[in-house]
Amino acid sequence: MRTFTTLSGPAAALPMINVDTDQLIPKQYLTAISRAGLGKGLFHDFRYDMEDKELPDFVLNRPPWREAGILIAGENFGCGSSREHAPWALEDFGIRCVIAPSFADIFFNNCVKNGILLVTLPEEDANLLMADAGNSQTCQMTVDLEAQTVTRSNGETVAFEIEPFRKHRLLNGLDDIGITMAKGAEIDAFEAKQKTAQPWLYGG
Amino acid sequence: MSGPKTLFDKIWESHVVAENDDGTTLLYIDKHLIHEVTSWTGFEKMAEDGRPVRRPDATLGVPDHSIPTRNRAAGVEGIGDPLGRSQVEALIENCETFGVPLIPLTDVRQGIVHIIGPEQGLTLPGATLVCGDSHTATHGAFGCLAFGIGSSEVEHVLATQTLNQKRPRNMRITVAGDLPAGITGKDMILAIIGEIGTAGGTGHVVEYAGPAIRALSMEGRMTVCNMTIEGGARAGLIAPDETTFAYLKGRPMAPSGAAWDQAMAYWRTLASDEGAAYDKEATIQASDIAPQITWGTSPEDVIPVTGRTPDPAEAPDEKHREAIAQALEYMALEPDSPIEGVAVDRVFIGSCTNGRIEDLRAAAAVAKGRKVPAGVGAMVVPGSGLVKQQAEEEGLDRIFLEAGFEWRDPGCSMCIAMNDDKLAPGERCASTSNRNFKGRQGRAGRTHLVSPAMAAAAAVSGRFVDVRELLD
Repeated sequence: MRTFTTLSGPAAALPMINVDTDQLIPKQYLTAISRAGLGKGLFHDFRYDMEDKELPDFVLNRPPWREAGILIAGENFGCGSSREHAPWALEDFGIRCVIAPSFADIFFNNCVKNGILLVTLPEEDANLLMADAGNSQTCQMTVDLEAQTVTRSNGETVAFEIEPFRKHRLLNGLDDIGITMAKGAEIDAFEAKQKTAQPWLYGG
Repeated sequence: MSGPKTLFDKIWESHVVAENDDGTTLLYIDKHLIHEVTSWTGFEKMAEDGRPVRRPDATLGVPDHSIPTRNRAAGVEGIGDPLGRSQVEALIENCETFGVPLIPLTDVRQGIVHIIGPEQGLTLPGATLVCGDSHTATHGAFGCLAFGIGSSEVEHVLATQTLNQKRPRNMRITVAGDLPAGITGKDMILAIIGEIGTAGGTGHVVEYAGPAIRALSMEGRMTVCNMTIEGGARAGLIAPDETTFAYLKGRPMAPSGAAWDQAMAYWRTLASDEGAAYDKEATIQASDIAPQITWGTSPEDVIPVTGRTPDPAEAPDEKHREAIAQALEYMALEPDSPIEGVAVDRVFIGSCTNGRIEDLRAAAAVAKGRKVPAGVGAMVVPGSGLVKQQAEEEGLDRIFLEAGFEWRDPGCSMCIAMNDDKLAPGERCASTSNRNFKGRQGRAGRTHLVSPAMAAAAAVSGRFVDVRELLD
């Protein structure tokens, strides 16, 4: 997994609440058996018209946000389906950090697994960054995970909280499965105990 | 932890393999359901890393998302979309390579993953169950801790039969009193989501309690738990009781003989203890629930069928004003206008929310002796081959066909519209599915979530009506 340390670049404003994973990447991208090119489908229905031509007004179709690495959004971002295609599409587009007042649980976990940092901020701070991101003169930001800060274009910083285990995994790009495989003996012991107590869960 | 425990506490604590240094828990997973959309990447990496599936006996695969709902006898050959077909082929090949049991497309047991788990008796009280699909919450109806996961976590479970999880908090939603006649589990869960909002359960596992929950059949309980994710919680739970045990007994994968007795003794200990503490509580009155219908593009945008659409001018703040205005525009509805009487183009009865036998019976009771008017396209997609078979034994297919509905083969169909069952731009649909997100059933399509009875009533009326007026 890619590590996440710091990220600088233009931040794009998406001032909408309850942005669901169907908006992040619609169903026609879910039948593939490859992750390549999913960035094209990111926010598909916002970005393209019915003939699949770019809608020039949408933020990610305009400079400088076409190169956005950071997204600022409204509350409950990423609700809905468990499709990991959502973080894959964000990453393939080049967005590795999303800042919002709140996120949906499954999306949150899926992002951490893909080296994408989700920053949860109180609404007031999120609104401040949303306003910055909406203006091409102030949309440049730097996110520093180690320091837990977002630095605005005027040099001021906004601090954020993150659970230590998520921070640790992102900073070090840890492969969860490798870590768990090393606990094989504990899993063996659990299974041996459970098999005695609840034999009906085995053998099916 | 000592003292009284919740149902969730009991299941969680009995599945702890290890407490990790970072504050997460390594949790054991008893059952793992897989399907074609979210499993291929995990298998691909397992093959690369040379890792086997740790517990093929605890894993079950079934194709459901990308498959057509016609011409099932043709099997994989009948999948017209080359991408969908290669996904199903990959599932078949992966299950074969890794020794994972698979219910093939042409098997009568095939169906939506959340319908077949309970149907086969794979879903059991007190167990942990996951699937790469957010509607895994369905299985919580059995007092089974079940939640949806992403593809990376699917791989983690295939390889280790465990997941690293942060312990969620406890929430209890009590549905007091009795549900009025003609009101279903679907109306109940939509009313709950309307009350708590789509993020009301975030970070929590919801336990549903109260007399109205107890009075629900297993089918109704599954509908309620299924849409828990639409309230933001990853898992919903209902304590197992006699209704649960009666449903499970004799199912092919449920324990039998002495193992059944042993399991029953354990299952009876699972209900939350008297005095157990919850981090969050909500109560709704069952008697207040009317048939529900969504007007907007989020499941929380819900009103009784007798109600009116909201007026953005009365929204509490700018962001909600904007959200309501956008949703009304997308749905082509006027502010502060009645929902009853709005004309529909399509009707979809099915999905993991409402594709079970009881749902089809409720819809058939309304459709019986009535006709779908010209210009309205209505389809019924049973949740599994066994549901389809039972419905046909009961003659429900005849009722639907005579009323002008299409009678299809099982699958996710127009709930996710990954096959050719989808809305054309601008079409308005009465749907028994779970999500009314923009474009969910087809780009620029307009989805209204309702119960199967309400969907059938809309089908035969060509517009939204209060189903209670059609029932004797």
